[in-house]
Amino acid sequence: MPILEVNDLHIYYGMIHALRGISFTVEQGEIVTLLGANGAGKSTTLRAISGLIPKTEGEIIFEGEELGKIPAHQIVGRGLSQVPEGRRIFATLSVEENLLLGAYLRKNKKEIRKDLHYVYKLFPRLLERKNQRGGNLSGGEQQMLAMGRGLISRPKLLLLDEPSMGLAPILVREIFNTIREINQQGTTVLLVEQNAALALDLADRAYVLETGEVSVEGDAKTLAQDSRIRRAYLGA
Amino acid sequence: MLNLKGPQGRWNFFMIAGILGLYGLIQLLAAAKILLSYHLQILSLACINIILVVSLNLIMGFTGQFSLGHAGFLAIGAYLSASLTVFYQLPFWLALIASGLAAAFVGVLIGLPALRLRGDYLAIATLGFGEIIRVIILNISAVGGPRGFTGIPRHTTFGLTYFLMIAAVVIIKNFIYSAHGRACISIREDETAAGSLGINTTYYKVVAFAIGAMFAGVAGALFSHYMQFISPTTGQIGFMRSVDILIMLVLGGLGNLTGSVVVAVFLTFLPEFLRGFAEYRMLIYPVLLLLMMLFRPEGLMGKTELSYSYLENIFSKFKRKGLRPDGTN
Ligand SMILES: Nc1ncnc2c1ncn2[C@@H]1O[C@H](COP(=O)(O)OP(=O)(O)OP(=O)(O)O)[C@@H](O)[C@H]1O
Ligand SMILES: [Mg+2]
Repeated sequence: MPILEVNDLHIYYGMIHALRGISFTVEQGEIVTLLGANGAGKSTTLRAISGLIPKTEGEIIFEGEELGKIPAHQIVGRGLSQVPEGRRIFATLSVEENLLLGAYLRKNKKEIRKDLHYVYKLFPRLLERKNQRGGNLSGGEQQMLAMGRGLISRPKLLLLDEPSMGLAPILVREIFNTIREINQQGTTVLLVEQNAALALDLADRAYVLETGEVSVEGDAKTLAQDSRIRRAYLGA
Repeated sequence: MLNLKGPQGRWNFFMIAGILGLYGLIQLLAAAKILLSYHLQILSLACINIILVVSLNLIMGFTGQFSLGHAGFLAIGAYLSASLTVFYQLPFWLALIASGLAAAFVGVLIGLPALRLRGDYLAIATLGFGEIIRVIILNISAVGGPRGFTGIPRHTTFGLTYFLMIAAVVIIKNFIYSAHGRACISIREDETAAGSLGINTTYYKVVAFAIGAMFAGVAGALFSHYMQFISPTTGQIGFMRSVDILIMLVLGGLGNLTGSVVVAVFLTFLPEFLRGFAEYRMLIYPVLLLLMMLFRPEGLMGKTELSYSYLENIFSKFKRKGLRPDGTN
């Protein structure tokens, strides 16, 4: 049974038909990437899975349970967390306070300490800056903080929306290496990316969205060789 | 619970000693007739204003929900408590509790539908709420209608307002520094991000409104039983009162408790020292606000709170300077 299954999902923003019936699956332990041009509907898909926007039609099944009417704040508790596009960290709160908000649903202080430690081990820079205001971090550090904040709830499935956005190539490498590490430690990852080359390199499977529909899907290594993909997204 | 060990404990100890000491000093000066009942009245009003500003700070400053109807909760507390003590001869403490609970209840009622609104729309809705409360009072002849409610017994003492003010500040401070408070602040910072972390944003907005309204209701009860008279036409409870509270909050800094306390005291005293201030305050406030935006956009205190860690910071800077007389670091 896949950990996440999306069937014929339709989303409207008022009159705009943003998702026109997309279907895909994510298996336990995989990294799946969702590619597509600006406005294709990638973020919309993630927001719908997290329950942040209502779906018009279709099914979103997480671990065999339809998420349909479950409010966003309960979905996180089921083991699904999202690192939103543009990081969206809490600027006036300290780094550690930002992280603690990610663990907000849990009560066990000892466990939270342990997970805080886990995040600091993944991102040592956050430890150095734990008392600094989130808003004063660099873009790359903010991305790490956003990822740490998503990871501290120990999700089974992590949704990442363009983690490479606006970062220098070397930092992008670092972030992608961390994603691989997170995955190897047992977290399933659904990754939305503009950087198709890197994403296809990292992922097991990929889906390409085009104006609200899945146009191509398949094994990541195969797609990286696909001439259509190469022309449209890899600049070859 | 209350920690009295270590440096933080010593700080707590000094704070408690300071709070009790200040109270003792004021009572002593009152007994020696140096502070007259007129002075005690101003001090009591300052305490009531602190409760109002700090409670609005929870709603607006920390949770980020624009509210222009805070005086509406004050009015509920003021009139309900007066009705209970005058018409039903209820003991004052019971009326006080009832006022807080009733205001909190109305806060939730208002909160649930209003909190679907954001920003400007919420401001307009809360403004409407405050005026509706005032108009309702205006039309109930049992509580005096436009002539006002007279003959309220004087049950409020300086000591009561003082300690309830301390309680309000301490409770709201502890709330803000808890996980719940962080959740409220995250809503102010970025509501969508807060929601995606599993924070029930509606719940926290309603909780902030309920707690804020409750303290405003208590402040109302204290107010009517101090002034012994309350009226819907003298600016005690209407829109202008909400604006008064709001201005104190903004001058002290949204999201800063120390600033709220300092400004509430200052702006309560100012009209007493400055003749004519009360009439011209709506001219002076905008100027003050403009100056504030130019020179201190983050409010009087900026981000600093009077706290142990703040003093420790200053102190450690001193120490470092002391060790290096040449000024290097
Ligand atoms: N809140 C909204 N209201 C109305 N339309 C929206 C809203 N959010 C997104 N859209 C529209 O839905 C479509 C899909 O947007 P979405 O944000 O999902 O794109 P995306 O694939 O994530 O793009 P990008 O790579 O630029 O982030 C776009 O046409 C966008 O204009
Ligand atoms: Mg997007």
